[in-house]
Amino acid sequence: MRNLLASVALAVFATATASATAQAETKLTIATVNNGQMIQMQKLTSVFEAANPDIKVSWVTLEENLLRQRVTTDIATKAGQFDIITIGSYEVPIWGKKSWLLSLNDFPADYDVDDLIPPIRSGLTVDGKLYAAPFYGESSMVFYRTDLMKKAGLNMPDAPTWAFIGTAADKMTDKANGIYGICLRGKAGWGENMAFLSTMNNSFGGSWFDMNWRPQFNQAGWKTTLTTYLDLMKRDGPPGASSNGFNETLALFQSGKCGIWIDATVAASFIYDAKQSKVATKTGVALAPDTGLGKRANWLWAWSLAIPASTKNADAAKKFVAWATSKSYINLVQAKFGVGNAPPGTRTSLYRDANYSKQPFAKMTLESINRADPSRPTVNPVPYVGVQYVAIPEFQGIGTEVGEQFAAALAGKISADEALKNAQELTEKTMKQAGYLK
Amino acid sequence: MKIVMVYFKKGLVTVAAWGLGLLIFVPILWTVLTSFKTEEEAVAPNLHILNFSWTLENYIEVQARSDYFHHFWNSVVISFGSTAIGLVIAVMAAWAMAFFPRRNTKDILSWMLSTKMMPAVGALIPIFLIFRDLNLLDSKMGLIIIMVLINLPIMVWMLYSYFKEIPLAILEASRMDGAGLWSEVTLILAPMALPGLFSTGLLNLILVWNEAFWTLNLTAADAAPLSAFIASYSSPEELFYAKLSAASTLAIAPILIIGWFSQKQLVRGLTFGAVK
Repeated sequence: MRNLLASVALAVFATATASATAQAETKLTIATVNNGQMIQMQKLTSVFEAANPDIKVSWVTLEENLLRQRVTTDIATKAGQFDIITIGSYEVPIWGKKSWLLSLNDFPADYDVDDLIPPIRSGLTVDGKLYAAPFYGESSMVFYRTDLMKKAGLNMPDAPTWAFIGTAADKMTDKANGIYGICLRGKAGWGENMAFLSTMNNSFGGSWFDMNWRPQFNQAGWKTTLTTYLDLMKRDGPPGASSNGFNETLALFQSGKCGIWIDATVAASFIYDAKQSKVATKTGVALAPDTGLGKRANWLWAWSLAIPASTKNADAAKKFVAWATSKSYINLVQAKFGVGNAPPGTRTSLYRDANYSKQPFAKMTLESINRADPSRPTVNPVPYVGVQYVAIPEFQGIGTEVGEQFAAALAGKISADEALKNAQELTEKTMKQAGYLK
Repeated sequence: MKIVMVYFKKGLVTVAAWGLGLLIFVPILWTVLTSFKTEEEAVAPNLHILNFSWTLENYIEVQARSDYFHHFWNSVVISFGSTAIGLVIAVMAAWAMAFFPRRNTKDILSWMLSTKMMPAVGALIPIFLIFRDLNLLDSKMGLIIIMVLINLPIMVWMLYSYFKEIPLAILEASRMDGAGLWSEVTLILAPMALPGLFSTGLLNLILVWNEAFWTLNLTAADAAPLSAFIASYSSPEELFYAKLSAASTLAIAPILIIGWFSQKQLVRGLTFGAVK
C-alpha cells in the first residue's frame, strides 16, 4: 500500500513539475470566446495544422468578460501567455495606440485586404496600420415576426422609425397569450443594455459626451431615449426584462414570444435555423429605427484576431490569423457547415456570392454594417470614436455603472430621472478623476 | 398533548431538512437533466422535467471539442498535490500551536484566518506578476503552490481544533516511553487524529477542485483544470445551455462521487466530533 501511494505521489509530482520540454514545432496559444463561429474555427484547426505541420494550435476558450480581463492583464504585463487573442472593436484602437499589438500590414497580397468591409477595416486601423483582422463582424437590425405584423394589419418598412416600432409593438402585444410586442436587452453591462441604449441615444440626437468631454445625461437626448425605452418595455416588453441580455432575448424570440427584437445581426443565423428556432420561416428583417435626424440605432462590432506584441511566435501567429480571416477560410466553412454559416460581416466578396446573397438576412446585414460610422457616430460632433461604446479605457467601468442605473429603472427600482441624475454624477466623477474634466 | 407536540416538532424539522436538501439539490438535478436535452429543449419552458427526448449528443460534442481527460488529470494533480503538501505543513503548524502554545498563538491563528477575508482579486496583479517572473503561469506547480497558500489557514484551524482535543498526557506518556518527535507525530498523534486528517484533507480537496478564480486567471492551455473546462462553454452570443450542463456534469461528477462515499467522515470532521 505504501509503495502504491509512493508511486501515485511520484506520478503526481512528476507531472506537476514537468516543464515544457523543447519542441521542434511551434505551439500557438489562442484565446477566444465560445461563439458559434469560433467553435467552427476550432473544428477546422486540423486543416490549418495539416497545411502547416510545424505549427500546433492550442485553444483557451473563456467567457467574454473573463477573456477581456485575462487578455488585458496578459498584454498589459507582457506575460506572453497568448500568441493570438480574440478582441473586439473597442479594444483595438486603444491597444493599437499603446503598441500592445503587432501591425498586420504585412499580410501577403493574396489576403486581399481591400476586400474587407470598409467600416469594419477602419475600426481596426490606427494611424494607417491594421492591428487586428476581423473574424466576424456585426451591426444591429430589427427582427420582426411577419405573421404577427400581418395579423396587426401592418407592413414593416425596410427603414422604420421609432414611432412605427412603437405602434407595431403595441398592436402585436398579446400578453394573455404570452406574446410581447417588443423584446430588448435590459441586463446591465457596457456590452449589454448600454450597447443597445447608446445606439438608441445616437438615433435620438444624443451622445455620451460633448466636445469638451462633459457627460450628456442631463440633456434632452438621453432623457427622450430612456423614457421612450422604459415606456415601450413597460407597455409591450416581457416580464423580468432587466435580467435579459442577448442570449435570454434570443431564447424568447426563437420560442415565438416576441413580435420585434432589435439586436445583433449575427442573431439572424440562429433565428433562421429551423433546428433551433420556432420562427425560422416567419421572421423578417429591417434596418434599425431612426427619428429622422440622420443616425440609426445600429452599432458596429467585429470580433477580431490580434497578435500581442509580447508573442514569441509572431510569424506562426500571422500565418494563422491570415488563414482564419481569409476568403478561402470562408469558402471552407461554407463547404463544411453550410452556406449560411459563413462568418458574416467581414468581406465584401461574401456578399457578392450568389448563394450567400440568397440568405434572407444577407443584404440587410451588409447595409446595416455599411451605415454605421464609428468615427462619426452621433448627430452632433463628439470627441470620441465608437458607435455603441466610447473608445477610451474608462468606458468599460462607466458603461457598466450607467447600465446598472438604467437596469434599475427598467426593474422599477428607481425613476428615469433618478437614473439619469445618478448616471450624470458618476460619469462626471470618473471623467474628472481621469483628467478629462477640470 | 405533549407527545403530539414532540412529533409535530420532529415532523416539522424533518420536512424543513428535506426541503432545504431539495432546494440545494435542484440546481444540480436541473444541470444533469439539461445535459441530456437538445439545445432547443434546454431553453424551452417545460414543466414535465423528465418528458423530453433524451440524448447523449452533448457529451459526445463536449468530448470531441475539449480534451476532458487532460483537464481532469490537471484537476487531480492540483487538488491531490496541494492537499498532500498542505496537510504536511498544516500538521506541523497545528501540532506546534496545539501542544506548545505561546502567548500569541491565538493571535497568529486569528491573523491566518483573517487573510481569507481579503478578496482574492485584490492580490491578483501582484501574484500574476510574481508568477510571470518565476515562470509559473499556466503550470500545475504554480497552482499547487497558490492552492496550498489560500487553503492553509482553514487546514491549520481544523487540525488545531482536533489536536486540542487529544489529551496532552497521552503524548507525554509516549515521550516518557522514549518516543522521539517523529514517532510521537506519526505513531501516536496521526492515528488518533486520523478522522480529523481525513476530513481536513477531503474538505481541502473539494475546495481546490471547485476553485475557479485562481485556476481561471493563472492558467491557459497546459494547466487548465476542470473549472476552466466548464468556463469554456459559456457563450455571449449563442445558446449552449445543454453543452454547458454536460461539461458541468462531467466536471462535478468525480468530486460528487468522492463526497458521496465519504460524507460520513466529512460530516464527522466538520462537526469536530472526531476525538472525544
